Amino acid sequence: MRWINLKPSRTTGLILAILPFVVVLIAYAMGSAARLADNPGDKLLPGLATFADAINRMAFVPDQRTGELFLWADTSASLGRLGASLGIATVIALLTGMLVGMFPYFRALLAPFIAVISMVPPLALLPVLFIVMGLGETSKIMLIVIGITPIMMRDLAFKVRDLPHEQLVKAQTLGGSSWQIAMRVVLPQTLPRLFTCLKLQLGPAWLFLIAAEAISSDSGLGYRIFLVRRYLSMDVIFTYVAWITLLAVLMNLALDWLRVSIFPWTKGSAA
Amino acid sequence: MSRIVVSDVWQEYGDQIVLERISITIEPRSFVALVGPSGCGKSTFLRLLLGDEAPTRGTITLDGAPLVAEPGPDRGVVFQRYSVFPHLTVLGNVLLGLELSGSRTRIRLFGAARRTAIDAARAMIAAVGLSGSEDKYPAQLSGGMQQRLALAQALVMKPKVLLLDEPFGALDPGIRAEIHELMKTLWHETALTVVMVTHDMREAFTLATRIIAFERPRNRPEERERYGANLSQDIAIWPPRIAGGPSQFSPDRDGPATDLGQYRDDPTIPPVSGA
Repeated sequence: MRWINLKPSRTTGLILAILPFVVVLIAYAMGSAARLADNPGDKLLPGLATFADAINRMAFVPDQRTGELFLWADTSASLGRLGASLGIATVIALLTGMLVGMFPYFRALLAPFIAVISMVPPLALLPVLFIVMGLGETSKIMLIVIGITPIMMRDLAFKVRDLPHEQLVKAQTLGGSSWQIAMRVVLPQTLPRLFTCLKLQLGPAWLFLIAAEAISSDSGLGYRIFLVRRYLSMDVIFTYVAWITLLAVLMNLALDWLRVSIFPWTKGSAA
Repeated sequence: MSRIVVSDVWQEYGDQIVLERISITIEPRSFVALVGPSGCGKSTFLRLLLGDEAPTRGTITLDGAPLVAEPGPDRGVVFQRYSVFPHLTVLGNVLLGLELSGSRTRIRLFGAARRTAIDAARAMIAAVGLSGSEDKYPAQLSGGMQQRLALAQALVMKPKVLLLDEPFGALDPGIRAEIHELMKTLWHETALTVVMVTHDMREAFTLATRIIAFERPRNRPEERERYGANLSQDIAIWPPRIAGGPSQFSPDRDGPATDLGQYRDDPTIPPVSGA
């Protein structure tokens, strides 16, 4: 049989899916063991027991000075910033995307501008944001918004333009005004794409969040990682990285689940 | 009623001339089939009637009023694909027109108005034979059922003119024969003028009262750009089909003809002697 026709069974598929994770873990454990055998004080690849200790210290033991549970305090600070910026980006992107996608006049006005804006490297603007908006929350949220909104606007505008012309004609023959067509035909078919779009922008959003926190902050997951970097606390860094990854994966799944449960007709498509 | 008068219409895209010197009068209640080879401008002509495009030259009037270059609720349409909304159920699709035309700013109907609209929509769904599928999404319907839905969605608006752009082209022959029966019934029972683009001659002769053929008189490669298609044939079906009148035809082919005193769907043209 040809390789392209060989399909794994469910169990085999599951095993294959887990395999890379196990391989990475084993490789890490071997590397760590080898380094610790050479030097028990090695900080670069700490052993698994050290991780358990780090998790316990960060998540369950209150800090002696502030009484905070660092992991949860950092998580809530970071998710707050992430949530605020994703919310702002969503509203702007949806509005602009629909206007640019539906109305030739808005397209003529804004499409070239957005195309240029989306090429500005957001991290290069970070100093400007810090200077103009100070070191507080605003500049961090703005960085993420500036980082992800232009791409979302373009993506949604493309999605709106991709709607078959026949549908818009049909809606007009049913007596729809621009406003009604926007609300009843375009919006419901664009919202599922918004979820997918948000999902794809989660990665960049986390990138900008951690960059902003690393430079100026007093809490947050990115702040902690860059703080403990000074003490070579690889145990804390790895724990935080794994935690951020887990959060991102969960957000991914949640967005997919939300999309399919709100818009059942998008099931089985990438919207 | 709904007389469509097309006078000396040209359609050009840049240097490319697609249609030239198109003049035709389509009488109320007629069923006109537009046939012709691919790329000869049949669908372009339909888009002109739809108002999706404006003719480069010439005028089109509906009931004496010039056609605005914008689709409107007086002209229903069914395309070969993408005619129904994938995000709405069968009932939602048929209801949409009633909801949109119920008010210019509101996007939904409530209370008694909504109940009336739902009743009308259900009746229309039953008329096209889709009862029982009200809560399905179009993706769950077969191609034939989707086109039935598209017909219901267009007809619930009671348009004066129904424009069909190869609506049954993608269906298999059995389903197509069924939907032809439905189409005939709907045409007989609704106050409707139908203009249909089709590739299928059999379909044209099965359904229409009049068949218009589009053709490019000059079709050499170097002439293609500069010469558009025009109307090469105007065939009246014999014996004439009269909307709402008894059929002179056996189900699928012409039976023995009897003179009904009319030569074509256009009553202004006197009968040909001896016919």
